[in-house]
Amino acid sequence: MNEILVPFLISVMAAATPLLLAATGELVAERVGVLNLGVEGMMLAGAIAAFATANVTGVTVLGVLAGLGAGIALALLFAVISLTLQANQTATGLALTIFGRGFSALVGAGYVGIPAPQLPKIHLPVLSDLPFLGPVLFQHDVLVYLALAILAAVAWCIRSTHMGLILRAVGDSHDAAHALGYAVVPIRYGAVLFGGAMAGLAGAYMSLSYTPMWAQDMTAGRGWVAVALVTFSAWRPFWLLIGAWFFGALMYMSLYVQALGVAVPSALLSALPYIGTVVVLVLISRDARRIRLHRPAMLGLRFQGRA
Amino acid sequence: MTDTGPLLRMSGMTKQYPGCLANDRVSLTVERNQIHALLGENGAGKSTLVKTIYGVVKADAGEMVWEGQKVSVQNPGHAQRLGIGMVFQHFSLFEALTVAENIALGLAGGSQRAGLRDRIVRVSTEYGLPLDPDRVVHDLSVGERQRIEIVRCLLQNPKLLIMDEPTSVLTPSEVQKLFVTLRRLAAEGCSILYISHKLEEVRSLCSAATIMRLGRNVGECVPAEKSVKELAEIMINADLPEPTPRPEPSEQAKPRLVLDRLTIRSPHHFGTDLQDISLSLAGGEILGIAGIAGNGQSELMDALSGEVPAGRPETILIDGMPAGHMGPRERRHAGGCFVPEERNGHGAVTTMSLAENALLSAFSRQSLVRFGLIDARKTHAFAGRIIEQFDVRTTGPKAQARSLSGGNLQKFLVGREVMQNPAVLVVNQPTWGVDAGAALAIHEAIMALAQAGAAVMIISQDLDEIFVLADRIAVIAGGRVSEPVPTRSATVESIGRLMGGSRKETADA
Repeated sequence: MNEILVPFLISVMAAATPLLLAATGELVAERVGVLNLGVEGMMLAGAIAAFATANVTGVTVLGVLAGLGAGIALALLFAVISLTLQANQTATGLALTIFGRGFSALVGAGYVGIPAPQLPKIHLPVLSDLPFLGPVLFQHDVLVYLALAILAAVAWCIRSTHMGLILRAVGDSHDAAHALGYAVVPIRYGAVLFGGAMAGLAGAYMSLSYTPMWAQDMTAGRGWVAVALVTFSAWRPFWLLIGAWFFGALMYMSLYVQALGVAVPSALLSALPYIGTVVVLVLISRDARRIRLHRPAMLGLRFQGRA
Repeated sequence: MTDTGPLLRMSGMTKQYPGCLANDRVSLTVERNQIHALLGENGAGKSTLVKTIYGVVKADAGEMVWEGQKVSVQNPGHAQRLGIGMVFQHFSLFEALTVAENIALGLAGGSQRAGLRDRIVRVSTEYGLPLDPDRVVHDLSVGERQRIEIVRCLLQNPKLLIMDEPTSVLTPSEVQKLFVTLRRLAAEGCSILYISHKLEEVRSLCSAATIMRLGRNVGECVPAEKSVKELAEIMINADLPEPTPRPEPSEQAKPRLVLDRLTIRSPHHFGTDLQDISLSLAGGEILGIAGIAGNGQSELMDALSGEVPAGRPETILIDGMPAGHMGPRERRHAGGCFVPEERNGHGAVTTMSLAENALLSAFSRQSLVRFGLIDARKTHAFAGRIIEQFDVRTTGPKAQARSLSGGNLQKFLVGREVMQNPAVLVVNQPTWGVDAGAALAIHEAIMALAQAGAAVMIISQDLDEIFVLADRIAVIAGGRVSEPVPTRSATVESIGRLMGGSRKETADA
């Protein structure tokens, strides 16, 4: 049993990580009322920046930082257009995704099919050698733990700190927040840049650890799944974790089903995690009251500032 | 250095909006320890002026001197650091957050979070503004929301407290308690800039007044030395007619609206359940429903308008027709017209034109739609008639609803329903946040409709209004409605006692 379960759980943890990173960033952005649909584009930019940097310098840490920076750079572009110039957030986000895809494909043309240095896996004495728990929990690379740590930190920050309260307040009513003297636009910039950094990290994880190579559109829609997860979780960090693991589990379930020789078309199986996520999304959204209750009221709306 | 000059002096304040000069060289001086009234109709520029003081709006020209220092308030945070607090009329609460969280956000720095709940409870009970810190604002009534705003300001220990219509949702006894609080605050050294349309209140509370009209100063006075009528006339620059008395409705008029044991569980978590409400309204009669905010008024309104179905068809009879199971459209067809409390977003779609808004509620009774197509000319003409008859100040039927001031939009919305000549009209808070001139026009329209034979129900928290309009008065408290009493045998005290009835234990019997 363990020889199936252990690799399965390891894979689920790994598959959930890019989603967790990107969705945590998007969650923070949406909690302050900014809908950034550019996650997919920021992830791809992060992936190629990380891969290229690691490839050229040979240092994976520099690669990770480059991915982070690329995500922030694209998020800054989004913030300037949608927050300062007040363009429509949905359209700007879509454009950002299109831009990120094209830009990463252009830059990445020379890197297709080249191997890159891989993020090292951690090895803790004793813990990593535990049977079952060791490989499942204590032999991943550092980004897997970072994703969980950041999610926990964000959850705590939003629920229990004054900063989190301000974030929620800005997302609930930017006019009221402004009237009370909170700087709405700078707060939103901060949240959007954080979202970009997280998407960039997710991209770096994809190209340096999950599938250590570069291929065009290698994120395969994970940015979109991350955006969907944020809604599916009704903007609550804990449910984000459940959703990411659920997606990861479905993804590997389909591989195992194939390996067991079940006669289902493989295209359908690869679509399963996406379909599954959509189905769950629909089931959850049936409870319109809960979505309405938790949805940041200002989501996607532009802030006019002082009249 | 001891500074004995005025706390705040503003001169030459000018603010130009596109197409509207909101403030034209306005001046205002608030002394220390003074309760200063700012009077004026809606659209007179009071809000713009106080928003300038609070840093929400930046003036184009003018000088503001605060405690002897020339200042230019950059933003609300700056105003708070100077010691200026403001109770807003709209948009300063966070719906999804709790009372305590809302208040924490209003306190600079958030350093005093520890013990905040206790301070909220203490200040709110001390000042007669009961609040549960852990409730989510989303589920609170207008009156309760206003209490949060007041308590939030009081916790900041400001030197100047700006209050925009703070009493519009309080009971008479709560108003008296608030006045005690405000007088004490003034005595303790906090000046108060008090905006209100209730001239009687201003006369009893304020020691000075600045009156504005159309963006300009039109007078300063000591309110106690003027009569209510004189104040109103300076404000609107016209002689106010006395309200015309109405003949008594005849005894044998047949009932046009009947409620039979209406009982509805509120769909909101913290809403009020309606229990066993039975009423009968005759044609030509106006029934006033008094009550403190949050005692089931909005639930009653929803049940009457059909937004929440009332279960058994026989629970509600409109002109004898069982209507309990009907939705709003069918009830309108049966002869009912309704004006909800919230103008923006409930009574009117703010981003649509007046003509489109007229169409939305009147299309079936005025047959504005034929074969599924909008009869644009007829709709335009109908909206035009409302604007003309109700003296709605706007550029025309094509103007967006949100471009109108509160009073003008309310006149339009009441007019829209009255012009449909309904058998039954239900209005929730007909004149909330509306200036004296518009309120008078709305009252006259409602009375004229009743005189023409309609049954009218007024749900209002403003007792003065109910006493002016209603033939009979009932009180809603805790979701139950008391037996209506004729207005001539009722007193403010007897009604006020019923209003407080179910909420607190009444010590006096």
